[in-house]
Amino acid sequence: MQAAMKIATRAGVPHKAARGFSTSATFDLPVDFKGHLCEPPPQQAEATKEELLEYHKNMFLIRRMEIAADGEYKARNIRGFCHLYDGQEAIAQGIEAAFTREDDVITTYRCHGMALVRGSSVQAIFEELLGFRNGVSRGKGGSMHMYNKSSNFYGGAAIVGAQVPIGAGLGFSHKYRRENESDKMNVSIAMYGDGSANQGQVWEAANMAALWKLPVIFACENNEYGMGTSVNRSSYITEYYKQGNTIPGIFIDGMDVLAVREGMKFVKDYCGSGNGPMYVELKTYRYHGHSMSDPGISYRTRDEVTNVRQSRDPIELVKKRLVEAGFSTEDELKEIEKALRKEVQDALKAAKESSVPDDSELATDIYTTGKKMGDGPRLESEMPSVVRMPDITNNLHY
Amino acid sequence: MNMFMAINDAMRTALKSDDSAVLFGEDVAFGGVFRCSMGLRDEFGKNRVFNTPLCEQGIAGFGIGYASTGRTAIAEVQFADYIFPAFDQLVNEAAKMRYRSGNQFNCGGLTVRAPYGAIGHGGHYHSQSPEAYFTHTPGLKVVIPRDPIQAKGLLLSCIRDPNPCIFFEPKALYRGSVGDVPVGDYTIPLGKAEIVQPGTDVTVVGWGAQMHVLAKACDMAQSEMGISCELIDLRTIVPWDIATIVDSVKKTGRLVVSHEAPKTSGFAAEIAATISDKCFLYLEAPIQRVCGYDTPFPLVFEKCYVPDHLKNFEAIKHTVDF
Ligand SMILES: Cc1ncc(C[n+]2csc(CCOP(=O)(O)OP(=O)(O)O)c2C)c(N)n1
Ligand SMILES: [Mg+2]
Repeated sequence: MQAAMKIATRAGVPHKAARGFSTSATFDLPVDFKGHLCEPPPQQAEATKEELLEYHKNMFLIRRMEIAADGEYKARNIRGFCHLYDGQEAIAQGIEAAFTREDDVITTYRCHGMALVRGSSVQAIFEELLGFRNGVSRGKGGSMHMYNKSSNFYGGAAIVGAQVPIGAGLGFSHKYRRENESDKMNVSIAMYGDGSANQGQVWEAANMAALWKLPVIFACENNEYGMGTSVNRSSYITEYYKQGNTIPGIFIDGMDVLAVREGMKFVKDYCGSGNGPMYVELKTYRYHGHSMSDPGISYRTRDEVTNVRQSRDPIELVKKRLVEAGFSTEDELKEIEKALRKEVQDALKAAKESSVPDDSELATDIYTTGKKMGDGPRLESEMPSVVRMPDITNNLHY
Repeated sequence: MNMFMAINDAMRTALKSDDSAVLFGEDVAFGGVFRCSMGLRDEFGKNRVFNTPLCEQGIAGFGIGYASTGRTAIAEVQFADYIFPAFDQLVNEAAKMRYRSGNQFNCGGLTVRAPYGAIGHGGHYHSQSPEAYFTHTPGLKVVIPRDPIQAKGLLLSCIRDPNPCIFFEPKALYRGSVGDVPVGDYTIPLGKAEIVQPGTDVTVVGWGAQMHVLAKACDMAQSEMGISCELIDLRTIVPWDIATIVDSVKKTGRLVVSHEAPKTSGFAAEIAATISDKCFLYLEAPIQRVCGYDTPFPLVFEKCYVPDHLKNFEAIKHTVDF
C-alpha cells in the first residue's frame, strides 16, 4: 500500500513543465481506467496550477468541514443522522470539474461534499447540519438533504436508491429540451453507493435510460462497504462499472481528482452526444464510519483505514502534484491549509450564531398555491383546511 | 431484560422451536442496527440467520416466496421508513396471495419486523409510524408492542400466526423499556387489547411507545383534575379489538385516541368512526384524536410535532369539560 503512493507520486511528475515556470503540466494517472464495452480515456491529464489549487482548496475544505461536523455531532449540536464524506472528496471535486452547472447532480445522503463543490458555502452547510434557518435547505432537510437549485444540485436522499430513477427523469428532461437531434446535451449524474447498487430501482432506471438513450450517468461510489457489509457480501457483480450489462461503463480511481475529472469528461461527452447512459465505478474509501453512530472499525481494521490514508489519500495526491510540478512549495501549501482551517472554524462559529427556523416552518412547504414568493425559487405555502396543522399561537392545543 | 433483548429472545425461541424458521435482513447476521439479532447467527448458523443485500422489495418478496412453501420467514426491515420500497410486495402479494389463489397458497409464515417511531432527533426518514398504511390492506396483521414482555409474547404470536404479520417495534424503547420477561416460550394472543389501567371517566387508547406518553397524561389527569382514565393498549392494530374499546366507552362515555402518525387517515380515525357508530348514545363528548400533525416528520420541530403528554392531558380534560 505504501508503495502505491510512491508510484503515484513518481508518475505524477509533469512531462513538459519546467519547474516554477509553466502554469500547466501533464500528469500520469497512476491507476488505470478500465472500460467495459468502450475504450477508456488516456491515462494522462493536463492541469494548471490554478486548477490544482482550486481542487486542493475545495477538497481540503470538505475534509475540515467533515472533521468539524464530527466534533459538533459528538457535542450533540448536530442531531439526526449524519454521514461524512472524508476520503471521498476527489469524486465530488472531479465531477464538478468535468461538469457545468447546467449538468444535474443527484446523490445520496452522503452529500455534504457535493453540496460544497456545487456552490454552497461552508457556513450554509454547517447551518443545515445544525438545523438552522439559513442552512442550504432552510434547516428543514438536515445532513442528508442538501439542495442547491441554482446549480442544479437535486440533493441528497435518505432512502437508498430513490435518487437513481429521479436521475433518469432529469436526463430525460435534457433530451426533451434539446432543439436538434445533433445538439450536444447536458447530462445528469445519479450517484449511489456500492450497497445501494442492489436496489431494484437502479436497474429499472438503467433500463429506461438505455431504452430511450437518455444522457444519464450511473455513478457508483464504491467505498467498499455499505454500512458494515463489504461489497463481496452484498453484490454478485462487484465490478460495478459492468453492472449495466450491455450498457458501457468505465472504472475510475475515485481517489485521484484528475482521473475523476478526465473520466467524467469522457463519460459526459459520450452520454451528452446521444449515445445513451453509461455506468461509472469510482473506487474510493470512507474514512469515517457509515454514520456518526458507527465507529467504523468493527467490520474493518484500523490498519485498513490507516493504510488507505497513508497510501491513497486524495488530498495528499493533489498536494504532491502541486509540489512536483513546481506549482507550490510544501510551505505554501501549509500556509494555505492553515488559512482554510481557519475559514472552516470561522464558518462554524458564524453558523452557530444562527438559530432554528421559526416554529411556523413546521407546516410550510407542504402544499403550495403555486404563487412565487420574492426572487428565489420558493413558492407560497398553502394550508388546505382538511390538513390539520398545529395551532402555533396556542402550543398546548392538539 | 430490555426490549431488544426480549425480541432477541423471542426470535431465539422461534428458531429453536421451528426448524424451518429463518431470519434475514440488512446486517442482521451482525446483530442488526438495534442489536435485536445479536448472537443468533452463531447459535443457528449462517443458513438460518443471514444478511441480505440492500433491497427491501427483494427482501419482502423473498420472504413471501419462502413462506409460501409453508415455512417460517422472519424478515427485518432496518427502519420502518424503509418499508415503502417493500410496500408493493406486502400489499399486493403477501396480503392477497391466499385470497386470489382460492386458498391454495399463502405466506402466513411471514413476519416482517421494523423499528418505527420518534426517537428525539431522527428526522424525516428515521421516525415515521407507517402502521395505518398497512391497516388499509385486508390480509395483513399489524402488531405493535409497548414493552419487553409484550414484545416477546406478541412477536412469537406473529411468527406463529398463519397470516402474514407486520410487527413494528418502538425503537425509542429498545433500551429504555425494561421488564421481567418470562424466560420460557409464551405467546400473547393477537387481536386482543389490554386494559393497562382501569378507570371510570375517560377511555384512553394507544399502542407502542405512545403508551408511555399516555400513562403520563393519565397520571396527570388523575393528580391534577381527579379524572380517572381507563388506559387501553390496542396491541394489535389490525384486526383490532373492537369489543374491549366499546365496552370501555360504554362505561366512560368518553374516548381519546393517540398516535404519532399524522392525524388525517391515521388509525385513530378508524377507531373514532367505529366507536361513534357503536357507542353513539353513550358518548358524553366528541371523540378526541391526539396525533402527529399533517406534516412530514420534521427534523428540528419534533418536540412540537409529537403528541406529547401535555397535548393528551388537554384532550382528556376537554372531553371531561365538554
Ligand atoms: C431504502 C433504504 N434501506 C436501507 C437504508 C439504510 N441504509 C442507509 S445507507 C445504507 C448503506 C448504503 O451503502 P452504500 O450504498 O455502499 O453507500 P455508502 O454509505 O457506503 O456511501 C443503508 C443500509 C436506507 N437509508 N434506505
Ligand atoms: Mg458504500
